[in-house]
Amino acid sequence: MRNQLSDTIVNIKPSGIRKFFDIVTEMNDPDVISLGVGEPDFDTPWHIRDEGIYSLEKGRTFYTSNSGLIELRTEICNYLKRRFDLQYDPRKQTLITVGGSEAIDIGLRALINPGDEVIIPQPCYVSYEPCALLTGAKPVIVNLKAENEFRLTAGELEEAITPKTKLVILPFPNNPTGAIMERKDLEAIAKVIIEHDLIVMSDEIYAELTYKDKHVSIAQIPGMQERTLLINGFSKAYAMTGWRLGYVCGPAAIIEQMTKIHQFAIMCAPTTSQYAAVEALKNGDKDVEEMRRAYDQRRRYLVHEFREIGMDCFEPFGAFYVFPSIQRFGMTSDEFATRLLREQKLAVVPGTAFGDCGEGFLRISYAYSIESLKKAMSRIREFVKTL
Amino acid sequence: MDNIRGAILTTIEKNSRIDLNELAIRLGVTEVEVANALEDMEKEGIICGYHTMIDWDKTSIDKVSALIEVRVTPQREEGFDRIAERIYNYPEVTSVYLISGGYDLLVSLEGKSLKEVAQFVSEKLSTLDTVISTATHFILKRYKDHGTIMNTRTEDGREKVSP
Repeated sequence: MRNQLSDTIVNIKPSGIRKFFDIVTEMNDPDVISLGVGEPDFDTPWHIRDEGIYSLEKGRTFYTSNSGLIELRTEICNYLKRRFDLQYDPRKQTLITVGGSEAIDIGLRALINPGDEVIIPQPCYVSYEPCALLTGAKPVIVNLKAENEFRLTAGELEEAITPKTKLVILPFPNNPTGAIMERKDLEAIAKVIIEHDLIVMSDEIYAELTYKDKHVSIAQIPGMQERTLLINGFSKAYAMTGWRLGYVCGPAAIIEQMTKIHQFAIMCAPTTSQYAAVEALKNGDKDVEEMRRAYDQRRRYLVHEFREIGMDCFEPFGAFYVFPSIQRFGMTSDEFATRLLREQKLAVVPGTAFGDCGEGFLRISYAYSIESLKKAMSRIREFVKTL
Repeated sequence: MDNIRGAILTTIEKNSRIDLNELAIRLGVTEVEVANALEDMEKEGIICGYHTMIDWDKTSIDKVSALIEVRVTPQREEGFDRIAERIYNYPEVTSVYLISGGYDLLVSLEGKSLKEVAQFVSEKLSTLDTVISTATHFILKRYKDHGTIMNTRTEDGREKVSP
């Protein structure tokens, strides 16, 4: 039989997370506990769920416009203005997507010509590189360093730029490291980006979850908004992962092309989710703050525990992950995580699932109750004792 | 400081038995600061007690609770305070609130049996001079109390590992 498959897709490595997920599933052991998830443990706040239910009761079960409900786009622009002092046109510069992940995919497709280089700082979320490869881009990986608290420096960026560079992906606050970029860090790289006339895809899905100062978007840095695609969504801030709803704001010309792809591939984001999201933006600030405070307490607790055990752990100020080092145990991340799972029945994700430079680290999620975290930390403690 | 106080209060409101050292770590302050804040708030009467949430229905101990709407005649000089005091001093009364709307006091009551509660209302409460009328509502099932859902699900619906 002829080769049925696309070479491009066959040549893309499966996600490292998937492999670990398979081991956990295969063990099928009810005693296995996990610090391995990338989604909030909170339920979507009730008033938001209620609004989704209400929209169904009212029979709002049709497609919305391709770009999404204008009411929602308007609320998103109000939100970006109120929180980050960013001005976007809800009609021309805003698109509602199926999660932030769709925005990443169609953003790359709208921007890349085959052979263009895309700079991807790693460790990072798993989808940028494969989605870039699907467009025929050449991914150029920047290996972020623990000594810089996994921030992207102007020097590192400059070094990765060639005449073919078109786009820089900026995944902060970061999954898996919990790193953030503060205003001074953004200003430093913005200079390089403007000088080389590059575009930025800024994945700010964790923007509401920072524990030092308020998040700063690179679009806020002078000269950057016209060259930035700002991606955000409802999954993390409002604990709405299953609703699959995100959005992207940016220059009208790019949004127009993205809307074209979105219209052919997706039609529109889920209608029920869009109505619920309007409520989230109108009346959800209090919920976000409550969840943020809970994450912050867990974060402090975990950093303290890891340091007690003697595992190096830089203090992360964003998202809901800590990224402790296991280098002193002389094992790979994969070995450590696999043994921890088999011997202590605790699932964590090896840092390498997020890029080769994640070697020597683990991603620990604190999207769990303090009680669960305590139980898990005692298992890590036991495991480390045996090493 | 108010920030720390607020954070301590919201945490111990859910779990008053929390270890002070752990609370200090979670809030990013020292254990001494937490202990001092607690002591101050106890002295100031902000913290009024450390009670335990019990689902008595799951025990073999019989308890009946009722909410009673009470209409009273307020007294000169003392308003509702005097009558409220007369009511809250009964040990079977668990709470007394002055309420806006169609009646004046909302009294909650705990007894061993329906009969006991009924007896209290008819013999003690209704016979007070200033009480005009009462309406007793027996609690049949407790779904949520003090912010705690009584029969809450505990399983984690998420996949064990996700990006």
